[in-house]
Amino acid sequence: MSMHKSSFLLIGLSLLVISQSLSAECDPPGNSPLLGKVAPEKLIEAWDLSIFPDGTGLPPGKGNVVEGEKIYNAQCAVCHGPKGIGGSAEELAGGEQGLTGEYPDKTIGTYWPYATTLFDFIRRGMPLSAPGSLTDDQVYAVTAYLLHVNKILPGDAELSKETLPEVEMPNRSGFVWIYPGLKK
Amino acid sequence: MKKKQEISSEPNNEIKPVAGGGLLDRRLFLKRGLTFITATTVTGASGKLLAEEPSSDVEAIQPRQPWMLKPGKPFSNYGQPSPHESDVIRWISANSMASGNGVSWSPLHQLEGMITPNGLHYERHHNGVPEIDPEKHKLLVHGMVEKALMFSINDLLRYPMESRICFIECGGNSNAGWNSRPVQSEVGYFHGLVSCSEWTGVPLSLILKEVCIDPKATWLIAEAADGIAMEISIPVEKAMDDALLALYQNGERLRPENGYPLRLLLPGWEGVTNVKWLRRLQVTDRPVMSRNETAKYTELLPSGKARQFTFVMDAKSLITSPSPGQEMHGPGFYQITGLAWSGRGKISKVEVSADGGKTWAEAELQEPVLSKCYTRFRIPWHWDGGLAILKSRAIDETGYVQPEREVLVNERGNHGYFHYNAIVSWEIAPEGYISHVYA
Repeated sequence: MSMHKSSFLLIGLSLLVISQSLSAECDPPGNSPLLGKVAPEKLIEAWDLSIFPDGTGLPPGKGNVVEGEKIYNAQCAVCHGPKGIGGSAEELAGGEQGLTGEYPDKTIGTYWPYATTLFDFIRRGMPLSAPGSLTDDQVYAVTAYLLHVNKILPGDAELSKETLPEVEMPNRSGFVWIYPGLKK
Repeated sequence: MKKKQEISSEPNNEIKPVAGGGLLDRRLFLKRGLTFITATTVTGASGKLLAEEPSSDVEAIQPRQPWMLKPGKPFSNYGQPSPHESDVIRWISANSMASGNGVSWSPLHQLEGMITPNGLHYERHHNGVPEIDPEKHKLLVHGMVEKALMFSINDLLRYPMESRICFIECGGNSNAGWNSRPVQSEVGYFHGLVSCSEWTGVPLSLILKEVCIDPKATWLIAEAADGIAMEISIPVEKAMDDALLALYQNGERLRPENGYPLRLLLPGWEGVTNVKWLRRLQVTDRPVMSRNETAKYTELLPSGKARQFTFVMDAKSLITSPSPGQEMHGPGFYQITGLAWSGRGKISKVEVSADGGKTWAEAELQEPVLSKCYTRFRIPWHWDGGLAILKSRAIDETGYVQPEREVLVNERGNHGYFHYNAIVSWEIAPEGYISHVYA
């Protein structure tokens, strides 16, 4: 009887602890002036550039390898070199050595774990001289071209918000999370 | 003429080394005071220390220097360093095709104390320093929250603030250490992607409580308002712990190159997570897998696997004086000094070796010793004029010991690029030339 009582008490206590820890996240201390203003949905939509590996955040649109090559040659090759090799900026393709050995090649094809990251990074910052100047269709096209020169997509490939997250990158499982307590 | 008094280059009986190569008790200066320092001022060609030698500087005999014969310059609205210090600069290394993509190195070898002057704080920009109008800049906090909120800079300036004195270090700092041959450069120009400031701002936890984050949220995506909209994923745990929305740096509003008007400060974590020009925080339950947490700021291991989400900067130390590019002035007494820091907490001890790591002596830690902050260390040394190899080794309050280079390279290989924190060695050649060696 007394055992029942104490377990009931224990459950009650732990529920109390849980509910307290949940509400703590939503309980600004009394010295907070609470000046945040509600963000309009439209503004959030306009500002939110994040694209996740499952494709969440990808905009509508499409682009293919052939269009991508033209855009790449006009806008990207000056820094990244023809076909993503040998420019002043990051080497994007041509990873022949793989990731082990004395001279590993960390290119898109050998190292990048997600194809969505490529779209995300081009859209947010490329070309450095005019970030934000490419249309979503153009970003899909350049992404397709870079995946093609990395031998991941065929020359007639086209990408969209549906197909881009389906692209399997060779180094998808090449990363070990170090910080303790992170859950995949 | 007063007879020159010679003192042997050997330390006398009262000054016994505490470790090989002539390292002396760290409390020696405190114990002996001025009489000891006097003996260090002049060194004769013979290598003997000369005390009380009259100065031969005839100009100094003038009763007044020229600047004492006229009024000085008027007041200034914002003070600048002396023109005689014009060589104390950040060293810029940027992409030839994109001048805003690169780094500038803090001149560690020319600085003292533990605070980096704002104009000499290291820089890493991905696409230049944006010119932000603080009246138009907003912080959006949204995602897995009860209410998505926006804050103006003027709003944030009205919140309760806190200060944290801490270092920020680029994950790529010291990466020349992975090279198979030791790079020869002044310390700051290959270890100077680290700086230390007093940062003041609003605890991020306060703002996260105001938007009321979903208890299932585990990550926070932070994004910048620069020309690359730099973004990075951060565990919510850190955000709720000691993260700061920093508005001030060393008492004044942030410098543009350090994130004006608002930067994220994550004490002890790699620089790239301390997002400058912060404009958006998205609360999620997974990382976004941005370029700067996958293709970059991850460390390739010999196995072909790569370390990801390393975040914490491990304990590190280096001797800033004497160091490469500086001159030795003959055998005699020197003060060895340097910096130590750890992203895990306080530095508990710094040991110094003058014989390449055979023996070690404990250095004096300059107060205050703060968590995740530069700690200045000093130790007196009597250089006998022979070959010496100087090293420093930091130990933090968690017991972590800064590793020898061989240990780090054995564990990680040479292609990790980021998070290099091995013990650094300077060789002092008998003629006084100082070089970087792997020893």
